[in-house]
Amino acid sequence: LKICVLVKEVPDAAVEKRIDPSTGRLDRSGEKNLNPYDTHAIEAAMQIREGGAVEVDEIVAVTMGPESATRALHKAVSLGADRSVQLTDDALAGSDVAATGYALSKALEKEAPDLVLLGQQSDDGECYTIGAVVADHLKMPSLTQVIKMDVQDGGLRCERQAEYGYDTVQISLPAVISVGDAINEPRYPSLKAIMGARKKPLENVSISDVGIDASEVGEDGSQVNCGDFHDPEAKPPGQIIEDEDTDETVDKIVAWLEERKLI
Amino acid sequence: VANVLTYVLHYQGQFNKNSLGAVSEGHARAQEIGGECHALVLGGDDLTDELCQSLGAYGATKVFRAKGPEGLAQPVVDAMAKVIGENGHSYALFGGGLLGFEIGAGLAARMRGGVTMEVINVRAEDGKLVAERPILQDSKVSVSRYKDLGIIIGRINAFETRTVDGGSADVVDVDVDYSAWSNQAEMIQRGEQRGADVDIEGADILVAGGRGLGKPEGFQLAEDLATAFGGNSAVAATRAVVDAGWYPYAAQIGQTGKTVSPKLYLAAGISGAIQHKVGMQSSENIVAINKDANAPIFEFSDLGVVGDLNKILPKLTEAIKAKKGS
Repeated sequence: LKICVLVKEVPDAAVEKRIDPSTGRLDRSGEKNLNPYDTHAIEAAMQIREGGAVEVDEIVAVTMGPESATRALHKAVSLGADRSVQLTDDALAGSDVAATGYALSKALEKEAPDLVLLGQQSDDGECYTIGAVVADHLKMPSLTQVIKMDVQDGGLRCERQAEYGYDTVQISLPAVISVGDAINEPRYPSLKAIMGARKKPLENVSISDVGIDASEVGEDGSQVNCGDFHDPEAKPPGQIIEDEDTDETVDKIVAWLEERKLI
Repeated sequence: VANVLTYVLHYQGQFNKNSLGAVSEGHARAQEIGGECHALVLGGDDLTDELCQSLGAYGATKVFRAKGPEGLAQPVVDAMAKVIGENGHSYALFGGGLLGFEIGAGLAARMRGGVTMEVINVRAEDGKLVAERPILQDSKVSVSRYKDLGIIIGRINAFETRTVDGGSADVVDVDVDYSAWSNQAEMIQRGEQRGADVDIEGADILVAGGRGLGKPEGFQLAEDLATAFGGNSAVAATRAVVDAGWYPYAAQIGQTGKTVSPKLYLAAGISGAIQHKVGMQSSENIVAINKDANAPIFEFSDLGVVGDLNKILPKLTEAIKAKKGS
């Protein structure tokens, strides 16, 4: 079984995110990290490998992004991936979700995985959707927001929470599965794994290397245009109490509640 | 003609409230651009003529009905792609919910459409529809415009359900050849309820607990506080702790849980992710207790308390008991 894990670099959670007014795109400069949701996808791949129900030949981390995204791949490799593939090309800048999913599917097609895993959402923008786009291009069955996944009956038995409760779905391979953060507790990489990550193979590919049609990616190839960024209607900020003396804090909360006739 | 096609989810013979909201929204916006709103339903024999026709009351003039497996996204992509391909709809519109995200994204890939998710407002502009979507933890709003097919996925509760004098919708049966990969996923069990059946929707006061409670036993603090409030109060939970098995699914607030608007929503150890916010933001009064001063929940609470809930909750419970007793 060959598993590809889609990963993405996102601005570090501690860094304030902003729109670059000159391009209208998310300013992706500043500290970056591996999307935290993706670490759950890598862990899920590792657990399949270690579970022993099926032999895993290879775990490959795949990303699309500028040179800086190499760091996310190193992190992915330190968490267990055997090697990584980076799709980088100036022509990809400004791609919308559909174009990004298309480009990733072409990079994946070349790898021909039996299973594609990814995190259910990214910290910096698009949520829930990229897996479904990739799956349709690869003509594979797909499920998102999976919180339990077992190798069973030659496929995967997946559980997730949907509109009416928990659903259990049996999926044949090859498949595209996005996982939720409840699926596992990602391990911390060992120092040795962190040091060794740079030595694992990292392949750089351009759009022509994987047969991407340049007219279907980038800003011109995208079917949706986002702009007119503006502030939302904000409700006035609430009152904040820093708890120093808990008795005093509680008195303040009770007074606040009484004022509003909530007690 | 710029027609709008909405997908209407159903379960056990009842339409989903967010889907009905999408039909209402689709009807209102389609009228502004000189089109009609149609609906697509997919399932088994419970999709009776009468049930499908009833979508007319929300503004659908035509309902496309396909026979197929319920609760999975890819068969719906096949069906919508066929209907849009044959009828030339300009927009596909979805109410909030997990399936809408999956179907909309799959459809964007299949039909080469533009897709926007988490939309809170749709409006007409020069005869076209544009969609507004909050980004960056709701600190900004971005506007989407579409080159060709526009696929608009609403945030949960974004579209209000409204009835119109539409009478009954025409029902058109559609034969769909499902793609091979649509048949490679099989629903084994749908809608399983995990944990006790608790009622939180009617409560005036909700004490909600999240991962910050630390462990399943942490919910005792929330339950004690709810008991102290007395009357019509209950305990609710976030998705993270429900998935972890700390609290029953029936008590879950948010995107795949309940939507509530009590007089008081007291959030204990809840960071306030968007998926949670959408289920409780219309509460009359929101109080948040969290040790992380940067937690997003403080952005939309009326009273925020930065501190250790293990210290604050027991004392607050005692103080409220004392008030009630006096």
